[in-house]
Amino acid sequence: MAEDSPILEIDNLSVAFGPVRVIDGLSFSVKKGEILGVIGPSGSGKSVTLRAIVGLLPMAGGAIKVFGKDYAAMKPAERLRTERRWGVLFQQGALFSALTVLENIEFPMREHFPVSPRIRREVARYKIDLVGLPAEAAYRYPSELSGGMIKRAALARSLALDPDILFLDEPTAGLDPIGAAKFDELVVALRDTLGLTVYMVTHDLDTLAASCDRIAALGKGRLLAIGTMNEMLKSDDPWLNDYFKGPRARHLGTTRDGK
Amino acid sequence: MSSGTADAAPARLDIDSTGEHTALILSGRWTGDAAREIERAIHQLDRRLSDTKDLRFDLAAIEDLDTVGAWLIVGAQNAAAATGRKIEITGGTPAQLALLRRVASTRLAPGITPAKGLPFLIRPFDMLGRAVAEAVTDTVRLATAFGEMLAVLVTSFSGRGHFRLTAFVNQFDLIVFRAVPIVMLISLVVGAIITQQTILQLRNFGVSIYVVDLAAILMLREVGLLLAAIMVAGRSGSAITAEIGSMRMREELDALSVMGVDPYRALVLPRMMALIVGMPLLAFLASLAGLAGAAIVARVYGEIPLEVFLDRLRDALSMRSLMVGMIKAPAMAFIIGLVAINEGFKVKGSAESLGRRTTASVVRAIFLVIVADGLFAVFFAAIGF
Repeated sequence: MAEDSPILEIDNLSVAFGPVRVIDGLSFSVKKGEILGVIGPSGSGKSVTLRAIVGLLPMAGGAIKVFGKDYAAMKPAERLRTERRWGVLFQQGALFSALTVLENIEFPMREHFPVSPRIRREVARYKIDLVGLPAEAAYRYPSELSGGMIKRAALARSLALDPDILFLDEPTAGLDPIGAAKFDELVVALRDTLGLTVYMVTHDLDTLAASCDRIAALGKGRLLAIGTMNEMLKSDDPWLNDYFKGPRARHLGTTRDGK
Repeated sequence: MSSGTADAAPARLDIDSTGEHTALILSGRWTGDAAREIERAIHQLDRRLSDTKDLRFDLAAIEDLDTVGAWLIVGAQNAAAATGRKIEITGGTPAQLALLRRVASTRLAPGITPAKGLPFLIRPFDMLGRAVAEAVTDTVRLATAFGEMLAVLVTSFSGRGHFRLTAFVNQFDLIVFRAVPIVMLISLVVGAIITQQTILQLRNFGVSIYVVDLAAILMLREVGLLLAAIMVAGRSGSAITAEIGSMRMREELDALSVMGVDPYRALVLPRMMALIVGMPLLAFLASLAGLAGAAIVARVYGEIPLEVFLDRLRDALSMRSLMVGMIKAPAMAFIIGLVAINEGFKVKGSAESLGRRTTASVVRAIFLVIVADGLFAVFFAAIGF
């Protein structure tokens, strides 16, 4: 696979709940090794798109190509192999509440890798170290963790199988600015060292500015614009203007009257 | 990194000891799904190395490397380095080398192991102690819940806080009305079974007509209520525990509290009142259904016509038998409600805890209902009622 070829292609995707088309003719692609931020107002179908891509919601039309192959046309075994190559960080972490952090991270490895328990445990502890969690967190239960630690633990679990694509659903929502900034750095560092491709749904302007290579803006189930931060700032779409030049974006220096 | 294709070559580790260094030639997929072969190859490495020359890891032929593979390679390097060999790495893509470096630089803090369990022989005593302590705190908790409930009950009906009529009606529908068909069906079947067995025994003495007396007393005094109570404990006790427990997990109870709404008043009281008011009704209906089952079976097995059955029933039934059942019913409802609420408030963060508390709620409620029934039987016998 060439370096700049798309790793994920969404072609004319539609998702419907009953008669309502929530996503209607959405097309864009994610390049290998990039961090793509997906933004849009509430109800624009960001989360729905993500869930459709990872196969949690049925598509009403269109195609999703992962690693150059049509996901819907795959045979079950091939689909399973594909699913092992992506990791998903859910908004609330979705850690298994009955398992410790270490067991949560070991769980996908136990399912898919015929690795001995000792090595599995060591690799899981390595992943805990990788996402910057303290070693003591390994034996805690999710209900004993703070919000930021839950995000990191969930990230470690989504990295357990060394995925090629990482889907993050609002990874910095609910984190304090320092924690959020560290999380941004972590995602960029992981992309650089592990060669990940990151698909990130976010509302965090700082995250968009700090870590995203490109930004895709959704609105009313369609793609409003896709491009780099600078291209977004030049766009004349009213919603994008409000988004990037509104009061909360002032410190980014992008507002019309900002200095 | 990982190509994910199934047709890639399996992981191989070849040794070439002809050169100045012993070369370890790694090829194929060094990934988690090949972990078994990799671990075996590395495990055998010690035996296969015949000399103590320095090692050169040749990664040029590796198709794929992930963390599990890198972890095992680094482990092998460290083991070899510990025997005094020098290690050299050749080949490998920049990404693979970066991964190896990242893995090699990780020092897992030693000695972080989960807290060790107690010795095998001590464990039963530990469990017994915990169970006793738990029973004591549980008794206190039940008393607290009882007190809270009485307090909201008194304030609700003395006009110092309003009673939630809508919630009560809704709960009455869920807990009582929707339970009517299943409770009646079960009582019908149990009534029929008891009568059938009784007739078969009484027939030996030629007094099968007494089955009517037996059915009447048994159904009204004991069985109707017990069946209704067990069904309600299974149906509604579990539901109440799960509702309150999941509301606790999602901090909904805390939200109620900070709004100045007492969870006992908003959630507990309507359910409790529905149980207490509804249980006599359910017990009565269960008794009727049980008698109907008895009448059917008496007709089929005992050749007792319906008119004779009803005639006999009129003599056998007394207001007293009915009263015994009806007096016990609110007490049973109270036990079920109290246990369910107490277990609900005990739910902690995990889904497993919710499941365990719901199970405990049903098991304890049924157990206590049966024990209470036994105590009532002793009591009524003692006062000759």
